[in-house]
Amino acid sequence: MPMRGRVWKFGDNIDTDVIIPARYLVTIDPQELAQHVMEDIDPEFASKVRPGDIIVAGRNFGCGSSREHAPIAIKAAGVQAVVAESFARIFFRNAINIGLPVVEAPEAVRETDTGDELEIDTENGIVCNLRTGKTYKATQYDEFIQHIIRAGGLLNAVRERLAARKAAEAGQ
Amino acid sequence: MGMTMAEKILARAAGRSRVEPGEIVEVAVDLVMTNDITAPLSIAEFKKLGVDRVFDPKKVVFVPDHFVPAKDIKAAEQSKIMREFALEQGAIYFEIGRAGIEHVVLPEHGLTRPGMVIIGADSHTCTYGAFNAFATGMGSTDIAAAMATGTTWMRVPPTIKFVYTGKLPPFVTGKDLILYTIGQIGVDGALYACMEFTGPVIDELPMDDRITMANMAIEAGAKTGIFACDDKTREWLANVTSEPYEPVDSDPDAHYAQVIEFDVSNLRPLVALPHLPSNVRPADEVRDLPIDQVVIGSCTNGRLSDLRIAAEILKGRQVHPRVRCIVIPGSQEVAKQATKEGLVDIFLEAGAVFSVSTCGPCLGGYMGVLAKGERCVSTTNRNFRGRMGHRESEVILASPAVAAASAVLGRVASPFELN
Repeated sequence: MPMRGRVWKFGDNIDTDVIIPARYLVTIDPQELAQHVMEDIDPEFASKVRPGDIIVAGRNFGCGSSREHAPIAIKAAGVQAVVAESFARIFFRNAINIGLPVVEAPEAVRETDTGDELEIDTENGIVCNLRTGKTYKATQYDEFIQHIIRAGGLLNAVRERLAARKAAEAGQ
Repeated sequence: MGMTMAEKILARAAGRSRVEPGEIVEVAVDLVMTNDITAPLSIAEFKKLGVDRVFDPKKVVFVPDHFVPAKDIKAAEQSKIMREFALEQGAIYFEIGRAGIEHVVLPEHGLTRPGMVIIGADSHTCTYGAFNAFATGMGSTDIAAAMATGTTWMRVPPTIKFVYTGKLPPFVTGKDLILYTIGQIGVDGALYACMEFTGPVIDELPMDDRITMANMAIEAGAKTGIFACDDKTREWLANVTSEPYEPVDSDPDAHYAQVIEFDVSNLRPLVALPHLPSNVRPADEVRDLPIDQVVIGSCTNGRLSDLRIAAEILKGRQVHPRVRCIVIPGSQEVAKQATKEGLVDIFLEAGAVFSVSTCGPCLGGYMGVLAKGERCVSTTNRNFRGRMGHRESEVILASPAVAAASAVLGRVASPFELN
């Protein structure tokens, strides 16, 4: 199912310290974290963002810390997906693991601005800017990563595997 | 075709004869680590898996270090969740007063050895590449899965080989080498890749400096940084562990995505100006930039040799009247040795404060948070906006030598500017 949402555009190297500053890392409550999402790059972001919105950013999105609180804060703020030119690798993993869609589409990023509406088809790797009507290719996930996404995150994928292992052992 | 050392470690851990960059493999992990910030989330996710015990308590490590001794009630509660889980599981747990900063403590205890696959819910887990391990940071959910299963998935990274030639000038350290490297390739210059550090300069480089370099591989976007195992590595390990280990070396015909050579003979002590670690300049080219605070410590530069260099510069001198200088030992061992050697006296006489071992100020946690408009020279690893406090504060990254010289002069300064 393609998703549609309103865009908030950011630049290159958006790091985890501005996504969720360390002073708020004394909790793992998603709603509490969401109140401070992007606070050090745009203090008003948490009050402006609406459920279903999409973050669009440049290169190396999510660089820095391993804090999973970063994608959790973004997701809990209602952001539907992050589209970037590229992602820092720990952030990418974390997002996939917790079920926040992350889409690499460099050309789409360059031609999208705050306020545009995007339509994203993650399954087929297509991003469409509804303001301009232009369609872009997104990098497609490996089968392995798609499996985690289909399972609804890493925990479910591991749970399935543990259950399969148990069943195999019982069957022997 | 041959393999790089990173590929060899992953192949072995995957039970395969070879692996290729780009492919995804499932590997057995030899060590899984979390800290007081990332552990509570890992533990919450672990419990959702319906597994009672971690896969091997001798391979699971918990280190309270970021917000300890607890900075407030919420931080205390996070630490408590970790402590109780660690003790209940019989896992390795390093309490304050017997430990310190994770990436200083684990090598001190011989837990990070050649050939191992080490993952940690901390981005600077790549530090252990200094010991010829494949070590990388992940998030809490990945760590939860690994604590339960003893395995994780890895995309085999391409390796970029860095060759450092020439002769290292005085006061130019591992910190300057890695800042220089990041300045050259950018903060995503090694995105998803493994940085292999080699060359005659590296052969001569002390372990502490190698640790600093591996530590900051993540600041170039790398999955990990790695060094070969040599006499210096073996000497370190001989002092701390009797556990066996299996080093790996890159084959002469290994494939590299890139080979980058740097002649470092003319390098000067460097700084990284706000707000990216790649914003690198020679310290003596930064004119008249007054500072409010200096931090010497962290997982990057909180080891004994770091404190020795800082003490060498601060000895018989005074911290500038407008500057707060905070010296933080990386571990209890470092603190003990620094006391024995008289380094602590030098810091105190110079008008610096000598703190407990903590990550605190590096990430704006506590023990040195910056106010609006304040500027800090720090031996830590990140100078992102708001990293050490207010979003309108500034962090300038440097070696302990540059940080100590800056503390004395009250501005960004090279150690050569001191009389």
